[in-house]
Amino acid sequence: MIEARGLVKHYRSTLAVDNLSFDVRPGTVTGFLGPNGAGKSTSMRMIMGLDRPDAGQARIDGKSYGHLRWPLREVGALLEAKAFHPGRTARAHLAALAASNAIGRRRVDDVLAITGLEQAADRRAGKFSLGMAQRLGIAAALLGDPQVLLLDEPVNGLDPEGIRWIRNLLKNLAAQGRTVLVSSHLISEIAHTADALIVIGQGRLLAQTTVAQLSARASSLEEAFFQLTEGVTDYSGSL
Amino acid sequence: MSTATLRHRDASPARGSYGFRTVARMEWRKLRTIRSTWYILAVFAAAMIGLAMLVLKNENYAQLSAAGRASFDPAYDAFLGLVLGQLLLGVLGVLAITTEFSSGMIQATFAAAPRRPLVLAAKAAVLGAVTLAAGEISAFAAFFAGQAMLKAPAPHATLGQPGVLRAVAMAGAYPALIALISLGIGAIIRHTAGAICALVGMVFVLPLLFSLSNSLRDTAQKFLPDTMRNSLIAVKPVGHLLSPGLTFGLLCAYALAALAAGAWALARHAA
Repeated sequence: MIEARGLVKHYRSTLAVDNLSFDVRPGTVTGFLGPNGAGKSTSMRMIMGLDRPDAGQARIDGKSYGHLRWPLREVGALLEAKAFHPGRTARAHLAALAASNAIGRRRVDDVLAITGLEQAADRRAGKFSLGMAQRLGIAAALLGDPQVLLLDEPVNGLDPEGIRWIRNLLKNLAAQGRTVLVSSHLISEIAHTADALIVIGQGRLLAQTTVAQLSARASSLEEAFFQLTEGVTDYSGSL
Repeated sequence: MSTATLRHRDASPARGSYGFRTVARMEWRKLRTIRSTWYILAVFAAAMIGLAMLVLKNENYAQLSAAGRASFDPAYDAFLGLVLGQLLLGVLGVLAITTEFSSGMIQATFAAAPRRPLVLAAKAAVLGAVTLAAGEISAFAAFFAGQAMLKAPAPHATLGQPGVLRAVAMAGAYPALIALISLGIGAIIRHTAGAICALVGMVFVLPLLFSLSNSLRDTAQKFLPDTMRNSLIAVKPVGHLLSPGLTFGLLCAYALAALAAGAWALARHAA
């Protein structure tokens, strides 16, 4: 369970997140949806304690991230695609993170297998393609077998087979009763995996709904999304 | 890629929490799985030992004046390599934190261990232990290799002579303290190039500037690390220097201050 309450974040004069509140419940995949620049990444960073909100708070199972006792065992996150040192091998990267939360070495082999990185495990991660880097990030997120997962645009750089793999992975994780929050700026992508939806624009909550409810609003899911986000897109082009 | 392995049955401690011990284990793994760590330590050892041998091999004691012979300090002369060595271990200290920011690794680190001052403390402990070990091994090796190069009639230094053991031990500790100061600088500046500039400024440029002014040279220069190095490793007394004990204490205080400022900066800024 993730609870965001009244989150506010300014970057200099721009308001990135504006009094944002939402709940992410366990047992389903929740899509975190909004146009580019809507504040999705900033919100996720505040949940993770990487950015400090100017106001409001985010809690994970009732606790702020900074008060988790074994953070990696409670929350797994994929925020930036390449959150690793390019000179370290995938295995060394995961083993270092595992050590910080007293996670056994066998689990490193497990997550390398889950993400299909066994063959690449002893190569330096700086040589990885974006898709492999993304898999390494997902491996790190799964390391502590956490009940809560946050993934920022996880399909970025994945090939079609990889995209299908991650959809199934996320559904399975949610089916096991975990809390899964996945951000995307593509409604069509998120509709494949998510049931619940949190839609934001210009840092504000536009809707906390479900894919089914949203698609009932208009002729198509995409149309419904455009109606919802109309006027809050920062960079709208015209023909 | 089956999902059967998603749930792992790790005999994991449900009690307790992450802390200094587990985070230090992570930092030790991080430091030793980067190749540049070992390159830097190898170059450091080679510079320390090689320069000691070179300097003492070319020492021409027989032709020194009486005054030159009186101030001849074969222990001190064995540690010319520290001029370069302090910079090398300083760079290691800077890189230990700035590469985390340049690569994005810092996010993974702070996600694993959100208490940022604790992370810096663990980093400092691991870096301090590794650089102290490398420093002491290299200092003793440089000392013995250097003395072996000295030709008669030059007097050799031995560890039993007054002040010599202190000089050798301090020659090993000094670059480790510079590494810790540099880790603090890296945590404050968070960019590799900027932090290395600050390190070079502290070690090389400030002494140069201070030496241009008579008043600074006599009063303030003795508080600069590169000058303090001389006080730590000199066996024969030199003018305008603090005592070795005071110097060591002050350098430890510098390192603590730099790390405290670094911890404050890490806690304050977004990762």
